[in-house]
Amino acid sequence: MGEDSEFFFSLIVNGISIGMLYALIALGFVLVYKATEALNFAQGEFVMLSGYIAAALLTAKGMPVIGAIIGTIAIMVGFSFALERVVLRPLLGRPIVAVIMATIGLAAILRGLPPLTFGAETRAVPLPIGDDPLVIGPATVPPIQAIGFVVTLIFLGGFTWFFRKSRTGVALRAVAENQQVAAAMGINVERYFALAWAMAGVASAVSGIVWGNMLGVDVQLALVGLKVFPVVILGGLDSIAGAVVGGLTVGVVESLTAGYVDPYVGGGTKDFAPYLLMIVALMFRPYGLFGKRKIERV
Amino acid sequence: MFHRETGVFKTSYASDMALYPLPIARGTVTALLVLFIVIVPLVFGEYYLSIINLVLISIVGALGLNILVGYTGQISIGHGAFMSVGAYTAANLAVRAGLPFWITLPAGGLMAAIVGAVVGIPSLRIKGLYLAIATLAGQLIIEWIINHVPWISGGTQASIQVPRPSLFGFEMKTQGALYFFLLFFALIAIVAALNLVRSRIGRAFVAIRDQDIAAEIIGIDIFRYKLIAFAISSFYAGVCGVLYTYYFGIANYEQFQLGVSIEYLAMIIIGGLGSVLGSILGAAFVALLPLVIRTVMENVGGFFFAANEMATVVSSMRLVIFGALIIVFLVLEPEGLNRLWRNIRNYFRVWPFSY
Repeated sequence: MGEDSEFFFSLIVNGISIGMLYALIALGFVLVYKATEALNFAQGEFVMLSGYIAAALLTAKGMPVIGAIIGTIAIMVGFSFALERVVLRPLLGRPIVAVIMATIGLAAILRGLPPLTFGAETRAVPLPIGDDPLVIGPATVPPIQAIGFVVTLIFLGGFTWFFRKSRTGVALRAVAENQQVAAAMGINVERYFALAWAMAGVASAVSGIVWGNMLGVDVQLALVGLKVFPVVILGGLDSIAGAVVGGLTVGVVESLTAGYVDPYVGGGTKDFAPYLLMIVALMFRPYGLFGKRKIERV
Repeated sequence: MFHRETGVFKTSYASDMALYPLPIARGTVTALLVLFIVIVPLVFGEYYLSIINLVLISIVGALGLNILVGYTGQISIGHGAFMSVGAYTAANLAVRAGLPFWITLPAGGLMAAIVGAVVGIPSLRIKGLYLAIATLAGQLIIEWIINHVPWISGGTQASIQVPRPSLFGFEMKTQGALYFFLLFFALIAIVAALNLVRSRIGRAFVAIRDQDIAAEIIGIDIFRYKLIAFAISSFYAGVCGVLYTYYFGIANYEQFQLGVSIEYLAMIIIGGLGSVLGSILGAAFVALLPLVIRTVMENVGGFFFAANEMATVVSSMRLVIFGALIIVFLVLEPEGLNRLWRNIRNYFRVWPFSY
């Protein structure tokens, strides 16, 4: 391979490996939207919060790594349950602006709390993995990204199976399809809403551990939440496979613009290039690449 | 506003739509005007006037956003960026061409209106959540462009110093002078909004908010009115940005980041969606909140936090209280301060003979 194509190849590999991690965050987002039609603007803050929890648990004395990970997941699930009960359930059936604003308010709270309780400095999420990067041809991938890649694949497969085959998953899909009909068929809609949030809590907990290990945990970690919107819009808000496709697209586009465009315009293109792509995509497919088209009646 | 009528005696639509529902309302409005034009500047000193000035600027922005979100039902998370468009347009015109404020201000508003309408174009095809994210994209892209194009941002640190506004050779240096400057525009904004929402355009907005397909069927050109809503709303935002620029004496993109968009959304939610009075109350509430928190924390916070951490504590407290207020209002009083005010009025309407 020539130098140019090597550069290109390593950009693509980086894009894919980071894109899978975006997909992991986006998964938490899609799970909530799929069942409850609530857009969680606090997804980045969820990731940050679980990063803080993981940092606290992993550095606690005598805590085994696996225990800390399970603990993080358990706390996030509990948190999501509580959140659904206290904030989102009263907003059922209210205009979409209300739900968006509630999660924005939640994001503000979550962003304000850590400096008050944990202090402002960046904390590490130490995981017992080596520092030696994986070498794929001319490209290198940090081990945590490789782990994140595998975890995302497992989650993707798991949730796809869950929604297709398991009884609970089918019930969740019924709830997402039409709440009233689902309730008439004897499905406890509110319980499934709580379940959807709990699953989003699991996804957020895992993304918090992975991203926290990669970037360190402080308030800035919540900014990864901003990356999620182009991902889910490109993929379609209610499609799990779409989240992965969107994540990979955004990761690759980001990596390519950072590699080829940034040197000419002075940096920062990777923060908005995905959004440009997203707007173009919205013009042609208003419901995303894999999203369900909604038919409205008066 | 404050009057207590004994019943509803309106016999025509014209009287129902009137700006002054009763002859006494004229008196109330005059009294309020006297309060704000004569008494407020006499009573308050420079410091308090500088705070009231901030409230006045916020009122303009909140009114604009409420026209879009509260009346037309189109959400925008990009209003901070629209403000920055107005701010930089005015700052560039004022510094490079030396134009006075009565040219730069409408120019800033118009520029913001054009940009806002462009960002609003996707609203034809997409709505709700997708539109929210599209406007968020607008916010980030505009922010990036201003930050990376030195021709707009004035180069270093992306900020432009502007001279104080002056009228007939009188330069508005003091907060007292700025107060009248800002009050004038806030009043225009309020009256314009009140009139807009009772016009054909305003009622078309409400129809689109309530059911856009139904609105289209009864003959409202949705695309046109959605774009008008975006343009008017961004015009307000642009003017608000210009006012900020003249108030601070500097245009800086950091004053108009995503957080500001969210702050203005909070204003109209706390104040009350789809209400002019609500926008005013919400703007005052949110603009005053950080000052209250700072005062309280300076006096009481010393017991809980070390003095050198106080700056972080105050800004974090602000975020937490801010978020909590949004949620509390959404869950408990969705119609905001405007509704609370109406409840109080209705209580006193028949008081003390409530039966």
